[in-house]
Amino acid sequence: MNDNQTTAAPVEGNALVPASGDGQVLPASLAAGPDTFENPGLPPHIHRAADIDPAAAKRAERQVATMFGISMLGALIFVVAYFAIRDEATFFLPGVGKTSTQNVVLGLSLGVSILFIGLGAVHWAKTLMSDEEVVEERHAQASSPEARADAVTVVSDGVESTGLTRRPVLKYSLGGALGLFALPLGLQIAGSLGPVTVGELKETLWDPENNGGKPIRLMRDPEMTPIKLEDVTNGSVFHVMPETLQHSIDERKHVLEGKAKAAVILIRLDPNDIKVQKARDWGVDGVVAYSKICTHVGCAVGLYEQQTHHLLCPCHQSTFDLTEDCKVIFGPAKRALPQLKITVDDEGYLVAPEGFAEAVGPSFWERKR
Amino acid sequence: MNALAARRRHPAAIALLILVGLLITGGAYSFIAPKDANASAAVATDSVDEGQKLFLGNCASCHGTNAQGTASGPSLVGVGAAAVDFQVGTGRMPMAQPAVQAPRNEVKFDEDEIASLAAYVASLGPGPAVPDGELTTVLEPGTEENNRAIAEGGEIFRVNCAMCHNFAGAGGALTRGKYAPGLEGVEPKHIYEAMVTGPQSMPVFSDTNLDPAAKQKVISYLKAQEEATNVGGLTLGNLGPVSEGLFAWVFMLGILIGAAVWLGKKAA
Amino acid sequence: MSATYQPRHASELRDGDRAAEQRQADQKPLGGIAGWVDDRTGAAKGTSHLLKKVFPDHWSFMLGEIAMYSMIVCLLTGVFLTFWFVPSASQVVYDGSYVPLQGIVVSDAYRSTLAISFDIRGGLLIRQIHHWAALIFVVAVFVHMARVFFTGAFRKPREINWVFGTILSLLAAIEGFAGYSLPDDLLSGTGIRAMNGFVQSAPVIGSYLSYFIFGGAFPGESIIPRLYSVHVLLIPAILVALFTAHILLVFVHKHTQYPGPGRTNNNVVGYPFMPVYIAKAGGFFFIVFGVIALVSAVVTINPIWAYGPYDPSPVTAGSQPDWYMGFADGALRLVPGWLEFESWGGFTWSMNIFPFSLILLPAMWTLIGVYPFVEKWVTGDNREHHLLDRPRNAPTRTAIGVAGIVMYAVLMFAAGNDLMAIKLHLSINDITNALRLLFFIGPPIAFWITKRICLSLQRADRQKVLHGRETGTIWRHADGRFEEIHAPLTPMERWPLVQHEVAEPFQLTHEVDANGVARPAARKDRLRAKFSHFYFRDRVPTVTPSELEAVHHAPEALEGHGKAHEEAREPEAIEPAGRP
Repeated sequence: MNDNQTTAAPVEGNALVPASGDGQVLPASLAAGPDTFENPGLPPHIHRAADIDPAAAKRAERQVATMFGISMLGALIFVVAYFAIRDEATFFLPGVGKTSTQNVVLGLSLGVSILFIGLGAVHWAKTLMSDEEVVEERHAQASSPEARADAVTVVSDGVESTGLTRRPVLKYSLGGALGLFALPLGLQIAGSLGPVTVGELKETLWDPENNGGKPIRLMRDPEMTPIKLEDVTNGSVFHVMPETLQHSIDERKHVLEGKAKAAVILIRLDPNDIKVQKARDWGVDGVVAYSKICTHVGCAVGLYEQQTHHLLCPCHQSTFDLTEDCKVIFGPAKRALPQLKITVDDEGYLVAPEGFAEAVGPSFWERKR
Repeated sequence: MNALAARRRHPAAIALLILVGLLITGGAYSFIAPKDANASAAVATDSVDEGQKLFLGNCASCHGTNAQGTASGPSLVGVGAAAVDFQVGTGRMPMAQPAVQAPRNEVKFDEDEIASLAAYVASLGPGPAVPDGELTTVLEPGTEENNRAIAEGGEIFRVNCAMCHNFAGAGGALTRGKYAPGLEGVEPKHIYEAMVTGPQSMPVFSDTNLDPAAKQKVISYLKAQEEATNVGGLTLGNLGPVSEGLFAWVFMLGILIGAAVWLGKKAA
Repeated sequence: MSATYQPRHASELRDGDRAAEQRQADQKPLGGIAGWVDDRTGAAKGTSHLLKKVFPDHWSFMLGEIAMYSMIVCLLTGVFLTFWFVPSASQVVYDGSYVPLQGIVVSDAYRSTLAISFDIRGGLLIRQIHHWAALIFVVAVFVHMARVFFTGAFRKPREINWVFGTILSLLAAIEGFAGYSLPDDLLSGTGIRAMNGFVQSAPVIGSYLSYFIFGGAFPGESIIPRLYSVHVLLIPAILVALFTAHILLVFVHKHTQYPGPGRTNNNVVGYPFMPVYIAKAGGFFFIVFGVIALVSAVVTINPIWAYGPYDPSPVTAGSQPDWYMGFADGALRLVPGWLEFESWGGFTWSMNIFPFSLILLPAMWTLIGVYPFVEKWVTGDNREHHLLDRPRNAPTRTAIGVAGIVMYAVLMFAAGNDLMAIKLHLSINDITNALRLLFFIGPPIAFWITKRICLSLQRADRQKVLHGRETGTIWRHADGRFEEIHAPLTPMERWPLVQHEVAEPFQLTHEVDANGVARPAARKDRLRAKFSHFYFRDRVPTVTPSELEAVHHAPEALEGHGKAHEEAREPEAIEPAGRP
């Protein structure tokens, strides 16, 4: 079946010649040849009802006018509803339930007033405007050879006249100036976009420096009340913030920046279930605290599965095993959640004597340095 | 009779005959067939003994004859009346067969029977009690105090609950086929009990974690959201951008392509 | 050309109108405002040239218009929103009318969006129109891009337009991302957090880049106002400029058309801009706007009041970006973590994050953008193409397109893996692993299946031309044999099935010249021949007139067909089949 076509194009040296075509850029037909069918030409025109029957045309005219009329009605309803409907009004819309009267009425009337203009215009074009097909000839996109030659002449004469080709010093100094002028603009925009204090990525509000060197109490989020050891019952999960956050909350400054690195999750496990010694040591009686910021791209790892002791991040499903020091057991994260060492102060409240031993949250280039 | 006989070869005759046969057999069966096996009508006391009888008949096969647990079901010693009231009251228990999660289901016992079961399990060991009506009263929006409580409930909900149950309580996925169910239509009492007992994968939100007032605020927030006007219209399940994208692709694009096809077609 | 019907030329009048000479005589001179403008600009010539332009009629040509019109709707509604939205991250106490958030500390951006939704009349409606229009904008861009790809409308002279279109689609997605992040709600804020995470993961410059973009530590107070500038000023300006160039090129190149009787590669058959297309295309704008408005009246989108304000501590189950960013989110879900490693010196290489986020978008769009040039190199075709390909007639291209769509779809569906888990009662871990596998095996399988389907369809077309259309009428011969009557195709029906060109692969000539000296082809040419072979080795030739003659004049060679044709002309001989 594949042999009755023209032979494949040969390669001459380094030139590949396409299989078909006679070099014409805009052929009428791409597949023309000695043994191919001819284009039968445009099919005979079929008149529409409105072209032949004046009654049908009148009917179409009425239909278009009705559509425009509905549009006008919609616009009017909108104007009336805008002023007449109370802002808090609600009503029961079947299929939707209790909803805002204003939103529905304004929206439907606006939609109708716009839609029916479109429907009317299209129906008008389809039924009444001429639908006899029109043929427009194409021309090759390229300009004529004369126009192209003219363009070349204009540009080359112009360049000649600048003297660029004869005066290399001009050329190089122009190149240098044009090449460099964007630098100050770029540097200004980019350079002043932000501070270069990336060391900050390793600091959190849990660092004792924020509390004058004293251990920092664990507080419930969002109530900001301290947590006693016995409050943490078996199977429960607490969402925790450091007491040093209170200062930011009072000043209403840098609250979210603090929370974004300080979020901690606190869980009580049976100490026998914890398989890693260090994890046991950094907790108290099986109560352990881990950073809640996912080590993948930083979402809050809030989902605690009580029976499997897994922590699940809802964003990309990174799963951390609490019994194995929050090692990653599924998902796109690589590193375990950093653990926060906790002890109990003399009033029985849970405190963190030191900050995190490593940077929390997503990885970055200098994380381990 | 002649009229009927004359139509015995009508094409619809056989279809009609089958339909009549189905109706007769189905109707007869529903009259004759025994009702679902149910425990005998409960005595109107929440007696521990009654509860034990019910337990042995419906729960012991998985939870053990003394509720000590077996390979198929955990120990119920110390789970408290609240756990029973929740699990049996929402139809999760008895579970038809072991599965990765017990879904909400048809409730199989009446109130008295549930109370008896709860009393029995409570007698096995101390555990959370069924909350009294005051704690599970829904605070209706309207007064300044209630409005503030609802707002606080929202904050607590978003920090403690939304990550599993979704921002609107529409439910969410956990690992390995488990899930946090949707909260719509759940009784305030059952929400409270779930928080305090931590069923299956759900953590325990004991009163030292979220005190009873906080729990009431969360419940009031959830119920306020349920009753609230859907100001924008259909909520598409409150599942976020995924359902919105699906709607845009299927419904809106469908309509617009339909309009385009109509636009391009020759008029009659 | 058909003898029975003379097509009207673009410069002529239509039936029923007055004759040209009469019209000229009755013509009013260009007066009024139009005359005033032409006196000062000479615009009459250009305008009349524009108004005479012919556009072919096909519904698939309206897809790009859906995109353009939804973009205009976004621009219009966006202006209203800018009058009320406050692009500030400073923390304020909410005291508007939405009860469940009263007294809560939120950003001013969030507060102003709540005000638009609850305290400004019609505000929620405009917000919903804006967001639904944005979703439809990107949907239409993708569907339009697919139509252009599968019909080969990106070939010369339209490569530039394809590149512009590619850039437009990338900008549309970024514009949407910036837009839905402006209200600073919990869901979009989580998305910004993920963006910060993957920017930070870039080797060497990541932490600096993150601090630059956010003006300091995450979240900072700069990201909302900066996204606002990008969303309201920077990207709309580029979008408007690019799509103006895009439309201008369509006018300059004239629109492509599907092959059919009377349509050639150097004409356009359709209807003139004035008045038909002004009415149809203009009307379509109103239809698109109207549909979006109607949907916005009754379907909620982006209920930010239910999400709550952004806070790094809470998060919602089912955290996804808007659908057009789903593929990027899905990529982040599927890539396993062990790709991250630490190298000597303690540097962290997050190869599980940064290539599949920062690199993914530019890479994908570059692949899309260069495709016309790759295909041109493979075919060596330097001719202008104004007739569209039926997708089945370009099987390799179509198969490549479907494979690409499958790859994109796997990533996009991966972003919804948790919703699929709860709705279909499956394990999210199983879904993730299945999609990981599907990402690799899905596209090749899709490629193979699509290509085979295209070739089969081409063969079916051949059969139709040679043997006619199956009529479903059964003919019973005198000797008792049953046979289905095939109606031969009219020349009009036949033309679209035989008009296309079947390209041949390049072949390298002998690698030895006339004197026996080895002359190996350049590696470039060898590679090109290989690609050409991959593209065109499986092909189905079109039916030629001689083949058709052979079929009609050799009834002995083909059982029954000739006889059925002959006997079909004698209706009296028909015996109805079926009834006893």
